[in-house]
Amino acid sequence: MSDNLAIAVEHVGRIYKIRGAKRGEPTERVALRDINLEVPRGEFFGLLGPNGAGKSTLIKILTTLLAPTTGRALVAGYDVIKQANEVRPRINMVSGGESSGYGLLTVRENLWMFAQFYGLDTRTAHARIDEMLGIVGLSDRANTKISDLSTGLRQKMNIVRGFITDPEVVFLDEPTLGLDVGASRDIRTFVRAWMAGRPDRTLLITTHYMAEADELCDRIAIINAGAVMACDTPSALKRGLKAEAVYQLEVTPLKPGSDGALQNLPGVRSLTHTPLDGRAALQVILSGDDALGSLISEVGAHGGSLLNLQKREATLEDVFVSVVGLSMSEAERSEA
Amino acid sequence: MTSTTIQITTLNQSTPPDRGWRLFLRSIRARAYPRIVGQTREKLWIFFETFLPFMATVGYVFVYRAIQAPEDYVGFVVIGGAMTAFWLNVIWMMASQLYWEKSSGNLPLYIIAPNSLMSILLGMAVGGLLATLLRAGAIIILGTLLFNIQFQVTGFLELSAVFTLTMAALYGLGMMLASIFLLFGREAWQIAEALREPVYFVSGFYFPVRALGFPVALAASVLPMTLGLDAMRQLSFSNGPLLGFLTVNLEIGVLAGLTVLFGIGAKFALEVVERKAIEEGTLTDRNR
Repeated sequence: MSDNLAIAVEHVGRIYKIRGAKRGEPTERVALRDINLEVPRGEFFGLLGPNGAGKSTLIKILTTLLAPTTGRALVAGYDVIKQANEVRPRINMVSGGESSGYGLLTVRENLWMFAQFYGLDTRTAHARIDEMLGIVGLSDRANTKISDLSTGLRQKMNIVRGFITDPEVVFLDEPTLGLDVGASRDIRTFVRAWMAGRPDRTLLITTHYMAEADELCDRIAIINAGAVMACDTPSALKRGLKAEAVYQLEVTPLKPGSDGALQNLPGVRSLTHTPLDGRAALQVILSGDDALGSLISEVGAHGGSLLNLQKREATLEDVFVSVVGLSMSEAERSEA
Repeated sequence: MTSTTIQITTLNQSTPPDRGWRLFLRSIRARAYPRIVGQTREKLWIFFETFLPFMATVGYVFVYRAIQAPEDYVGFVVIGGAMTAFWLNVIWMMASQLYWEKSSGNLPLYIIAPNSLMSILLGMAVGGLLATLLRAGAIIILGTLLFNIQFQVTGFLELSAVFTLTMAALYGLGMMLASIFLLFGREAWQIAEALREPVYFVSGFYFPVRALGFPVALAASVLPMTLGLDAMRQLSFSNGPLLGFLTVNLEIGVLAGLTVLFGIGAKFALEVVERKAIEEGTLTDRNR
């Protein structure tokens, strides 16, 4: 592995055994299949995928919490299983919806405790706590018991916990999950600032928020059903759809079973159909503008009338649909 | 806040973080802290963990006085009541702690930290022991004052050794149970809960264990409280040696053996837990 790589994932697979499976039911679940990734030092790397895609499983493997069934993974140059003791001082992790710490302790006490587990002396720990609480706007809550914090404030504390040891590689697993807009923005701003000041530090974030991945990441891997479907910079991924035409149509409700017919039209690369109140929204990726006419005719043949038509720039959502063949929410439903 | 206006200083590498034994000791202190500080913040705990064992103690005192048992029995009961606080702490807090840490999401963070899990468990034990020491002390002082107990300590050094070894063996057992409870979940916790009263009985919390007969007392000696209590009573009351189960020196020897046994057992069980957690991925998943 090159010294320049913060993370190297080589043919990693992970299979979970299903306990208590009845006869005829599957006894195993494949969470990851033959994952290969290389993340250079200093990169802000994103794993984008629906719930159940395998993002958290991959993070668990990279943070030494879980052994891969096949392949191997290296973080900061060390094997996550054979050299876990070398990996651990160099990493940290923050998860969304995390309720770590002890409710009876204050924010400052909790952060001090976790800093001790990484060997920081008390004076250094308190200096770092003061600085970082100030940055995330929690200084006035330093002496508040964490059981009295809102979800957003608690997640800001978790973010401080994850960065207080100045790790070489930080793993953020859905860090803004369930947070309001303001708290999410503050967390994104914090992690961007941390990366900006540390060209040698690496951050891997998992998210199923497209805009978050687009805004933060240098590169993104789209992961679905345990496999990496695409990996590139957000702009390159979107550029890949440049030759194609992305349309958003609003139509009157279509007859049942129309999706298949529309999707099978020549020139239609992908189509997602979202029923709305008294109408329906179609997000369509066409191989070119010339396919639009036959699409609109087919909509009419299935009882729909065109209410609105908009051609727009490709987004990561379109990339996801193009690569996976389903929208993020459809992929989550199919996983469930 | 905007990312262009904030700067986060890097960690000063001229004072590198502790590793090895210094990290081990630092982690013990840090994990003991919530236990000790938590006591001062949750006043209701102090009430329940001091008052309830003391009420049971008072009940036995009245029974012994009513049947005109030798006065030393009252002292036996007060010491037994004080030691109940430690047993409750081990069963309620220590043994189920890793299970709670899993539920709260702390366990994965403990595993990925560079310190050893053993230091976390030891921190829990030290914190629990120190916090309970205050409550046990309160029970002894209250009992002594209320019931005018006459202690006749024959060897302070031996008494200190017995207490220290009893605590070491007891919290070693608690550390071992913490891993077992995590492996077996609620079932193990329910079994321990069901065994609470039988343990009080066979360990002789409220009477000399010799009264149960040699085979039962011998079997109960696998629990550190049994021999610890017996030796402490022998060393603290004039009638103690007459009612003792084994000689104090032998009991000290067995307690030392139990300390080593449970210490090794705790380390082994923890290694099994960590290995299983990493192989199966279920033990650190709070949703399972």
